[in-house]
Amino acid sequence: MKKNLLKRISKYLKGDIYLFIFTILLAIIVALAQIYIPILFGKSIDVISNKEDTSKLINLLKMATLILVISSVLQWLMMIINNKIIYKATRRMRSEAFIKIQSLPLSYLDTHPSGEIINIIINDVDQFSEGMILLFTQFFTGLTTIIGIIIFMFFINYLISILIIVLTPISILLAHFISKSTYKHFKNQSIEKANQTAYIEEMVSNLKVVKNLNYEETSITEFDKINDKLSAISFKATFISSLVNPTTRFVNSLIYSAVCLVGAIFVLKFKDEINNPLYLSIGSLSTLLSYANQYTKPFNEISGVLTELQNSMACINRYFSFMDQEIELKEDDKKKLTQVLGNIRIDHVDFGYQKDKILIKDFNLKVKHGQRVAIVGPTGAGKTTLINLLMRFYDVNSGAIILDDNNIIDLDKKNLRSHYGMVLQDTWIRNAKVIDNIRLGNDKYSLDEVIEACKMAHCDSFIKRLEDGYDTIINEEGNLSVGEKQLICIARVMLLKPPMLILDEATSSIDTRTELKIQDAFKTLMNNKTTFIVAHRLSTIKNCDIILVLKDGNIIESGTHKELLKQQGFYYELYNAQFEK
Amino acid sequence: MFFILKLYREIWYNIIMKKVLSLFKNYKKEIILAPSLKLLEALIDLITPIIVSLIIKKGIEEGDVSYIIKMVILMGGLALIGLVLSISGQFFAAKAAVNYSRDLRSNLFKKLNSLSFSSIDELGVSSIINRMTNDVVIVQNGVNLTLRLFLRSPFIVFGSAICATILYPKLSIIFWISIPVLIIIVYLIMKLSIKGNRIVQERLDDVLNHNRENLTGVRVLRAFTMEEKEIAENEKKVKNLEKRQLIVERISNLLNPLTFLIVNVSIILLIYFGALDVKDNLTDAAIIIALYNYFAQILIELIKMANLVFTITKAITSLKRIAFIMNYDDQEVLVDSKVINDDYLSFNNVSLDYTLDNNDDKDSLNNISFKINKGDKIGIIGGTGSGKTSLVSLILKFYLPTKGQIIYKGKDLLSYKEKDLRDEIGLVMQKPVLFKGTIKSNLEFGKSYSEQEILNALDLACCTDIVQKKEDGINSVVEMAGRNFSGGQKQRLSIARILLRKPEILIFDDSTSALDYQTELSLRHNLNNLTYQPTIFMISQRTSSIEMCDKIIVLDDGKLVGFDTHENLVKNNKIYQEIYYTTVERGDEG
Repeated sequence: MKKNLLKRISKYLKGDIYLFIFTILLAIIVALAQIYIPILFGKSIDVISNKEDTSKLINLLKMATLILVISSVLQWLMMIINNKIIYKATRRMRSEAFIKIQSLPLSYLDTHPSGEIINIIINDVDQFSEGMILLFTQFFTGLTTIIGIIIFMFFINYLISILIIVLTPISILLAHFISKSTYKHFKNQSIEKANQTAYIEEMVSNLKVVKNLNYEETSITEFDKINDKLSAISFKATFISSLVNPTTRFVNSLIYSAVCLVGAIFVLKFKDEINNPLYLSIGSLSTLLSYANQYTKPFNEISGVLTELQNSMACINRYFSFMDQEIELKEDDKKKLTQVLGNIRIDHVDFGYQKDKILIKDFNLKVKHGQRVAIVGPTGAGKTTLINLLMRFYDVNSGAIILDDNNIIDLDKKNLRSHYGMVLQDTWIRNAKVIDNIRLGNDKYSLDEVIEACKMAHCDSFIKRLEDGYDTIINEEGNLSVGEKQLICIARVMLLKPPMLILDEATSSIDTRTELKIQDAFKTLMNNKTTFIVAHRLSTIKNCDIILVLKDGNIIESGTHKELLKQQGFYYELYNAQFEK
Repeated sequence: MFFILKLYREIWYNIIMKKVLSLFKNYKKEIILAPSLKLLEALIDLITPIIVSLIIKKGIEEGDVSYIIKMVILMGGLALIGLVLSISGQFFAAKAAVNYSRDLRSNLFKKLNSLSFSSIDELGVSSIINRMTNDVVIVQNGVNLTLRLFLRSPFIVFGSAICATILYPKLSIIFWISIPVLIIIVYLIMKLSIKGNRIVQERLDDVLNHNRENLTGVRVLRAFTMEEKEIAENEKKVKNLEKRQLIVERISNLLNPLTFLIVNVSIILLIYFGALDVKDNLTDAAIIIALYNYFAQILIELIKMANLVFTITKAITSLKRIAFIMNYDDQEVLVDSKVINDDYLSFNNVSLDYTLDNNDDKDSLNNISFKINKGDKIGIIGGTGSGKTSLVSLILKFYLPTKGQIIYKGKDLLSYKEKDLRDEIGLVMQKPVLFKGTIKSNLEFGKSYSEQEILNALDLACCTDIVQKKEDGINSVVEMAGRNFSGGQKQRLSIARILLRKPEILIFDDSTSALDYQTELSLRHNLNNLTYQPTIFMISQRTSSIEMCDKIIVLDDGKLVGFDTHENLVKNNKIYQEIYYTTVERGDEG
């Protein structure tokens, strides 16, 4: 599993493998150079304290300067290369995920909230890249620094280096212990915070209701209770977590003092025994002291990297499990129709969103070219299911839908959909100019053609009144009313003139004027086209050739308006309840 | 250092910040103690290099082992004192920060509950929520870090330079040059990378929005077979993001190598010039080691300072956003309470303009006049945007008329307190809202009623079946946002909530839209037969819901175009006829 994960991640680093090896090499060089500098400084100090020749000092300092400049440049280079590798990988991950979205079946997208998927593509990938950058920049340098310092220290004085190596884990363990006990408090804090946020969301989003019912005071008292509880927990979490720094600093100071003590005594004791392995010069002591200061830093960094990495792995796992979703089969080799008449035959169709819960059973219907089919029924009756099947957003379990003598299963999905025009009740307006919202990528249409379509869809007049006319940027929340948004959606279809239509009448409150415009636009659109319409208006229904009555996912009645009224069945009841006084 | 001072100045001299800053006064003790304790701790950090150099100079050079031991014990002792000082400093800092943010939230919440409807509209709900949650957390971290570091870090940086000056005035010039250079470099890199990261964030948002659009509009996009084009578009956006990320990182990655370089070059200069002096016996290695150690400390504290500036900048932005709400001037308008005439409720040339731009064409309500009597049942009809909701909002003083006067019980409506009006006038809003709790708590909602009263109200609002279906009756749980109830159930329960209060005037703002025909009919019947005879306003899109009203107000584009009975309006009001015929669709067959 873990090996597999690495393999998959490395796929995104493809082509950069040499760069990757190069940057690890750089990390090692940079780390070694940076810990070599204190040794040069120590030697320089020895030159001073022994009052030796300045030319020796100048040579040492020249060397230090050279190493310093080179290592700084290399460090910068390393970080840039790391970023290049990682950001390229995350870019690839995001674009592959996007392609994934485009090829996932609707059955997946319908059952997974869009926020969840977006979170994977944006935040999880971000988190992953942060972890990887830390790994690349800090892990290898940190590791080299630790090993390098140990080796260098042994060369200087093995006893003192053992002292440092033995004592440092105390500080690391202490830090670990404190953060572990903080974890519990932070968890409590986040629970309490979530509680409070939920309360704020509820009360603030309904502030007008709260005020309308004079509930303010009760609400404030309630809030203060939650607030006090949160701050008590929050204090514990904040305070305890802030103990890590002072305590580790304290332990490090003790180690520093110990090195100072032992070192100073060694300097004195072995002053005249240059060949004694425990001999220590003043300069070397100062090198050891600066090592003692630096030694714990890479440990903390590495443990930081490891925590971050755990998090990153959780993120990348979510990403991969999204990428592992089965996609729709490619259908490039399937038949493509260039000309469609619009005769549709639905033949013994069974369908259910879950295989074991059949919604539509043995459904048969014949629609001739140019006919209008109304789909009626109470909310939740499964009116959209039929749309899903016709457009092949979902495929039938058994049976067939035949379009002009072709089973639509044998047709290329994209080609099939291009013969339909679809207007949904839930309008979808993208954040773009009006003209691009109507053309939806079909740039072959000229502005004049777009205006023509808009005139027929009755939206030219209000578009012209917008700030920048057809170039005004519009979006879902923006300045358009529900009715206007629907008119724009109609204009899109008006532009394409497809042979078949799927229309979803809006139930929501649209004012009567706009309503009339929409109905008129629908009428123009439906002219001589095979149309399926989810209808709520009696006038629309009555003018249809076939009315399908759906209830609980089943087609319980079908026929013309007159026929259905005669049957005195469900339609008759519905008709009386909704349209009669 | 002066950047930090600049930041502090910026907040102290800002009048807007006065309200939020005055909340600090309860924590004076903590605010003074925390930084002072941390300052004392910093002092110990400054002493350590001196002790080390003493050990080398007196201990080693004079061969005095007992002196070395004494000094090392002193070092350990100081470290212990430092630990105690630091922990108590952190304690007070955490206390002040957490309590301050608690007070901020509490005051914000109170303030929110006193905002008028137009202020709520202007501020926007999501931005208010954001300020109460995210911004307060950012401020809390900012306060905590500030109290801990704002004296300590600059003190160590400049204290090191001062100690160096005392120990070795001649060489200290290296400190006084390199410290400002370091500060400027750190500041510039931080500034550039903050700016750059903002652009990165914008491009990331761009990618995010494009993904979201593709998910929410997946049916439309597939129906229009736009997959390939969208993929190409996305490719462009992610490449754009990558390009900007690389540019920004090129700059922010300079921080580490550059500061490391400058500090070490300074040490090299220190050793070199020190060595020149040593020849003349003016100095010794011990002092140079001390100066060397000071530089190591400076580097660490500088990075902390840079982070502090970063955190403070963020915290100030957040605090300003909070202060903006706290200062939202929102005094209730109350005019003289004098009797003007004997109207029960009348509108006299009333206009309402949400935008206040003096453009008559865009008024939500334009020159409305009408008068009604106590106990009247009034229907209000018109298209979306015709001003129906605006009209009833005026009666509740949710918004104030831009022009004209509303008379309620003989006095100017603006002479009544909002609270009193809302007790007398009950509004059922378009969108029904239930809160987390029980059916009972949702009905009572801050007041208390007897069980019988509650059951009566439920009965009147046709909710009996809802309650009966639930196991716990009126004590059944209502989940957040009432999501365990259907739209129609929520509507009926929110109607019951108002009926329970028995207000003098009842307003229904299109609040029966989700009810089926039968239920709506019996509800209407119940309303008509309320024993205490309230005045009723009934807003609707359908003429059938308001036909039985005593009078009907017809609105079109903010203007009153009819005020009459159903029968008269059907005969001679063009707009009313239009609505009547499109919604009723009288069947000539069947």
